[in-house]
Amino acid sequence: MSAYSCVPPKCSTDQLTRQTTRLLPSIFSKLFTLPIALVLAAQVSLASAAEVNTTGLAVTDNDVTVGILHSLTGTMAISETGAQQAEKLAIKQINDMGGILGRQIKIIQEDGASDWPTFAEKSRKLLVQDKVAAVFGAWTSASRKAILPVFEKENGLLYYPTFYEGLEQSKNVIYTGQEATQQILDGLNWVAKEKKAKTFYLIGSDYIWPRTSMKIARKHIEKVLGGKVVGEEYKPLGDTQFGSVINKIRLRKPDVIYAAVVGGSNVAWFKQLKAAGITSKKQTLLTISVTEDEVLGIGGENLDGFYSIMKYFQSLDNANNKDFVAAFKQMWGEDSVIGDVTQAAYLGPWLWKAAVEKAGSFDIDKVVAASQSGDIELTTAPEGYVKLDPNHHLWSKARVGQWKKDGQATVVYESELIQPDPFPEGYQ
Amino acid sequence: MGGYSYSELGAIFAMQGFSGISLFSVLLLMALGLAIIFGQMGVINMAHGEFMAVGAYTTYLMSSVTESFFPAFLPFYFVFSIVLAFLVAGAMGYLAEYVLIRHLYSRPLDTLLATWGLSLIMQQSFRSLFGAREVSPTLPDWLMGAYPVTDLIDIPINGLFVLALTIAVTLGVFYLMFKSSWGLQVRATTQNRSMSGAVGINTKKIDRYTFALGCGIAGIAGAAFTTIASTGPTTGTLYIVDTFMVVVFGGAASLFGTIASAFSIAQAQSILEFFISGSMAKVLTLLVLVVILMFKPEGLFASKVRR
Repeated sequence: MSAYSCVPPKCSTDQLTRQTTRLLPSIFSKLFTLPIALVLAAQVSLASAAEVNTTGLAVTDNDVTVGILHSLTGTMAISETGAQQAEKLAIKQINDMGGILGRQIKIIQEDGASDWPTFAEKSRKLLVQDKVAAVFGAWTSASRKAILPVFEKENGLLYYPTFYEGLEQSKNVIYTGQEATQQILDGLNWVAKEKKAKTFYLIGSDYIWPRTSMKIARKHIEKVLGGKVVGEEYKPLGDTQFGSVINKIRLRKPDVIYAAVVGGSNVAWFKQLKAAGITSKKQTLLTISVTEDEVLGIGGENLDGFYSIMKYFQSLDNANNKDFVAAFKQMWGEDSVIGDVTQAAYLGPWLWKAAVEKAGSFDIDKVVAASQSGDIELTTAPEGYVKLDPNHHLWSKARVGQWKKDGQATVVYESELIQPDPFPEGYQ
Repeated sequence: MGGYSYSELGAIFAMQGFSGISLFSVLLLMALGLAIIFGQMGVINMAHGEFMAVGAYTTYLMSSVTESFFPAFLPFYFVFSIVLAFLVAGAMGYLAEYVLIRHLYSRPLDTLLATWGLSLIMQQSFRSLFGAREVSPTLPDWLMGAYPVTDLIDIPINGLFVLALTIAVTLGVFYLMFKSSWGLQVRATTQNRSMSGAVGINTKKIDRYTFALGCGIAGIAGAAFTTIASTGPTTGTLYIVDTFMVVVFGGAASLFGTIASAFSIAQAQSILEFFISGSMAKVLTLLVLVVILMFKPEGLFASKVRR
């Protein structure tokens, strides 16, 4: 287990506490925290850039440069704003603690502009020209697919924060969101068990992620749960007319509406559901694409009683999360909300820090090897405990949240830690 | 569709019909302002969607202010915000015409570029002012319910509201264009600008008010849209394609054409969507549209404007 594995503000204390307990009775440990930290820092800063970075990345004796690549403009800016805020918060906190291997993290931020070729071009710029040691970014599966070849060719390291359809694993990517088995399948199991659901109506936006997710969901419903899909529908991205779909849903009377509508369309979708009299009193609805960020636009009153399956909700009741929410609001404003992906993005810099420190080097291959060791874990992640599996995905819990009028969710179900399985048998 | 009772089928047809009419009113409300500006002035207003967004943001601001300072007023504010959306978007249109458009009347294609630039500027301003995230005003409860006609049929009240608003705005436009002396001047200017000027019509003023009116109607559309969707900096670009589709298909200069076109596109889309998937319905509608335009390039109702 790595000793460097925590998230502040508790961090330095907790981390070193854990380390020192091996040597000293824990009651004294806090007294020794400071001197030990100083000694560690002194040792670390002795290593010159040439020693911890043999491959010519942007690392000097004082700082290390990373890239943030999200959409600041275009239709995805709505979603990606929170992710890049969380990454900056994590980096700021790491810097305040003394940085990584004694080096302060500097950020070069690029705008993917919700445009996949732009994402590819900017990632090439970050890797080839800026020689960044890691990149935190991307959101849609489309943007990830666009930059993947660049990262593999230039041997970069990407921390990708979004829950996604799985069926992918790259040496150059660490996936901090959930793959299909940690979200799609677990959610279906829950709704089949708890709501005795037999018939499902699938609806999503029309692009790679919803379509692949629904393919996986359909297989699971038909083969494993013995249920029936009574309708499957895709609407163009950004579409705002759901009248006909809603009428079809009335006609088929599914036990569950299973939704993967993304972005602004969500607002139209839920407003029109409510206006058509389809509320949680009459109808179970489970979505895999609504987080606190979307709720901000949709309005809690239009979602009241519906369910989302995620690994994180802002309302999670634990000390780590309280600190995280407070720090986030302090940095980005009292009105900001934190969704599932925002939290997953926050984990990126911390996982990178843990891997770099385990490797004792910024070299991509060494950091990747450390990441694959099975030793990288965060005990103080806002979502609780997470561990990086050698397959580059995180062990995490799936949670079902029921939305309330105030835009926050009540967690009504929490799974055990689920081992990531990006290539589940029988779903490809 | 076997296995359903007649009453169920009847209910579905009734609701499906309503969802077509509701799409029709949305399309018409969007296209009306664009059709006026293009039909009467020949200006291709690429920033139309952004003027819609102005209306939507105005509603959002109204909602925030009401919520914070006059919570008792919340059930009624929406009606006032429609008027305010019209005034704000209209005023901005007036300004845009004065600063930008009027210098380009002799170069109609350049208005396309200029208004496109304007739309980008406006988008960035929204982003700076309101942030990149989508916003949604708090709507009064009475607007968000459904009216149960029978056990099976629920008619969305926001749909009824938008329909009523569309009818009112359309009637208003017709009155202005065909019954008022101002409308007479507008039509005269459209038909022969220099002659109209010669008989003492202030064509510059007419142009400015026409443009402001078109933008104001876009503002109303924006306010109405907050009942069904959210508003973000790029909301306008989502609607502009549909809007142009309606205007071009209807025959650019004709208000009747705009109505007929919005109606046929909405019904086709809605009926198709019931039998095939949403994306395919849109593709098929567009295909049919292209084919019809190949044979009738002027659109449904050819304009009778002298060029």
